[in-house]
Parts: sequence; C-alpha cells; structure tokens
Amino acid sequence: MSIVVDARGLSCPGPVMETVAAMARAGAGDTLEVLVDSATARDNVARTARTRGWNADIEARSGDFVVKVWKP
Amino acid sequence: MVPGACEGAGEEDGRCRFRGRVALEREERVDRVTRIFASRWGILLAGAVIGGIAALLQWWGNPPNMGVCVACMERDIVGALGFHRAEPVQYLRPEIMGLVLGAFAGALFFREFRGRGGSAPAVRFVLGFFAMTGALVFLGCPWRMLLRIAGGDWNGLVGLCGIIAGIGVGTLFLRGGYTLGRSQKGPATSGLLWPVLATALLALLLVGPQLATGVPFASKQGPGSMHAPVWASLAGAALVGFLAQRSRFCTVGGIRDFLLIRDSHLLSGAAALVVAALAANLILGQFSPGFRGQPIAHSAHLWNFLGMALSGLAFVLAGGCPGRQLILAGEGDQDAGIFALGMLSGAAFAHNFGVASSPAGPGPWGPAAVLTGLAACFGIGFFMRRKA
Repeated sequence: MSIVVDARGLSCPGPVMETVAAMARAGAGDTLEVLVDSATARDNVARTARTRGWNADIEARSGDFVVKVWKP
Repeated sequence: MVPGACEGAGEEDGRCRFRGRVALEREERVDRVTRIFASRWGILLAGAVIGGIAALLQWWGNPPNMGVCVACMERDIVGALGFHRAEPVQYLRPEIMGLVLGAFAGALFFREFRGRGGSAPAVRFVLGFFAMTGALVFLGCPWRMLLRIAGGDWNGLVGLCGIIAGIGVGTLFLRGGYTLGRSQKGPATSGLLWPVLATALLALLLVGPQLATGVPFASKQGPGSMHAPVWASLAGAALVGFLAQRSRFCTVGGIRDFLLIRDSHLLSGAAALVVAALAANLILGQFSPGFRGQPIAHSAHLWNFLGMALSGLAFVLAGGCPGRQLILAGEGDQDAGIFALGMLSGAAFAHNFGVASSPAGPGPWGPAAVLTGLAACFGIGFFMRRKA
C-alpha cells in the first residue's frame, strides 16, 4: 500500500519527523510517498530513511519532490 | 502511462520531457555535485573550511575568536546604521553580506532558489529577537561559541552546555507537536529580500557616501575597529555561504538531530569546524586556553549558560542556527529572512537597553531580558502546537 506524507512547506525538522512517524506506522510492503518542496528536505528525508536501512528513491514532480521510502 | 515510454528522456508528471544532450549532461553534473555535498564528506568539508576560514579571518584582523559570528556581525551592522549607539561595535561587516550572497549564488546556480514564506512570520521575528538577546548576553552565536572553544576560551564550553540544554527543551516541544505551520510558495522575486538587502549594505560599505549624520558609523576603537581586509572578509564569507548552502551546514540542527533522532550528520560538520579552527589556531599561535581574560568574553557562568540556552531554544523553535537562517534567506526563504530581521532589532534593543554583555559581565538588564526571553520561548513552544 502507498502512504502519502505531505511535508511540503514544513521547516526543519518537520519533514524528517513526519517521515520517521510514518515509518513507525508502516507495515511490511508499504511504500511511503513523502512530498517535500525543498532540496534540503528531500536530502534529509532520503538520508534518514537510508540510515535506518530503508530504501529511498527521489523523483521530481511539478517543481516539488517525492521521496519514495520502502523497506527492502 | 506505459512503463518505459520515456526511454531516453526524463519523466515528470506522467509526461515525457525530452531535453537536449547538453542540458541532460549539465543536470547529471549538478546531481553529482549535489550528492557529494549531501554526503558525510560534504558536510565534513564544509565544516572544516568554515573553521579554517574563520581562523584565517582572525589572523587577518578580525576580533579574536570572531572570524565569523553571525550575531556579533549583525550587531555591528545595526550599529553602523545607527540603530544603536554602542561606539565600539559599529562596522558594516562584509561577512554577513558575503554569507547571504554566497548562498544566493549557490541556490541560483543549482536551481534551488525558491520564493517562499508565510509560516508564522511574527512569531519568527520574536524568536529572532530573543535568539539575539541570548547571544549578546553570552557574546556570540553558536558559530562563535565553537570558535571560542577552538581558541581555548573555556567559557565557550559553559555556553555549549547551555545551548545543549536549550535545544533539548526545544526537542521536547517538537515531540509534543510544536510547529509554526507550512510556508507558501511565492514568486521568485518575493525571496529577494535578503539578497537585495545584502547588496545594498555592500554598496553602502564599498561606494556609499558618509552622511552628515555620521552614518555609516565605523568604530575607532574596540572590536568594531578590528577587521580583516574587506575583500578577504567578503570572499571568505561568500565561500562559507556557498558551502553552507550546498551542504545544509547547521550547528543547532546538528545537536537537535542527534538528540531527536540520533542522526550525527550535521553534528559531524560542527565537529569538523572545531577541529579545523583548533588546528589553524595552533598553527597561527591564536590558541590560549583558560577561563579568565579571554577576548570579548566574560566568566559569569550562569548567564553564559542561560544566554546560550535561550539562544538554542529560540533557534531550534525557528528551525536552525543564525548562519543557517541567513543561508535560507539567501535561498529565497522569507520566514528565515524575517527571523534575521528579528535578530537585527534584538541587537539594537540589547545595546540600547543595557542588555548586552561586556567583558565585565552581563549588562544591568541582561538577566531580566534572558528570563523574559525564556518565558516567551516557552510560551511559543507550548502554544504553537498542531491541534491533535
């Protein structure tokens, strides 16, 4: 299942905290789609996911970014 | 959309975007550089270069342990413009302009400049005001706190304990749902506030007239009279601004992320700053350890601790240290720009109302201002909460 986390417009550490909270809720097979609107938030979210052993992929979408996060 | 339909082209919004090869190659280069700076090595490099440049600027004439200090230097600019009358601390410090314009250049070149704002601006102004209050009671922003430690000023360690305490309290508010809400996208021009302000201040310094009123003021003695050559300050700070923009360097964020989610990425950058500045200070003969007689510092431990605790709390509630706020302002973030304006007015207030410290200790109203600031920040932390 795909879970959308809208972290657009949040300043640090909002996007990372929203992502960590959603990771705690996610079950096996879930994919998080974290929407962010700054390169800083994009890199922070991807790094946080990867350091916790999750996969993270980045996609550009209409000037914003989607960071897809899932358990390997 | 059929998978693979965009072979050889970028896919965006479900449509293929065909770009010329030159554009694609440029994007790949930009991506590669972005990844390097986002890595552990990138943040370590940024921290080390900032520490090294700061030590060099001191060697070239900046006040001791004040190679780069966002709070002190903004305060000097406010004084140069005549908003406070503390004569020893008036100078249009080009480091501030360099930081903003270096970040502006980095954001433009890497296409990260975005006009945005509208996330509780008045609250951010107040946070900036009290962040400056705490910094001027301690005598330094978080960057100078680290530079003071790297120069052997152990009062800086008391400040470090204070800032960790303040940030720790801030993370409790964050865990409790504290937020200043979302910012909104605006036209790119809406993000030009600080780049334009920095350019205007720079023009005033380099080619501006001195008015009959004496503005811009320049200290004849005291810390404001000590400065590296203008071009060294400007170029050094622009490089710092560029590197900090690319690496997202943030001292307060480093401590916050470590306390909040045990992430040491940003913290390693701050550590690199201290190590590089310490090494440079030892080589340049600028290291003199001790508590007493340290330059532009005092040993009122309680107020060093509480001053930095107030700063740390205000910075973490606003999302980053003052250097980071200037970098964000250079990237088009109006909210960070408002925070920086709050810091400017806090500096004027601190000197006009006897709040700022001197080497003799806190000003007569310093303790009252710090306690007022702590009460205000606790109130902001408590009441600015997302409704459950």
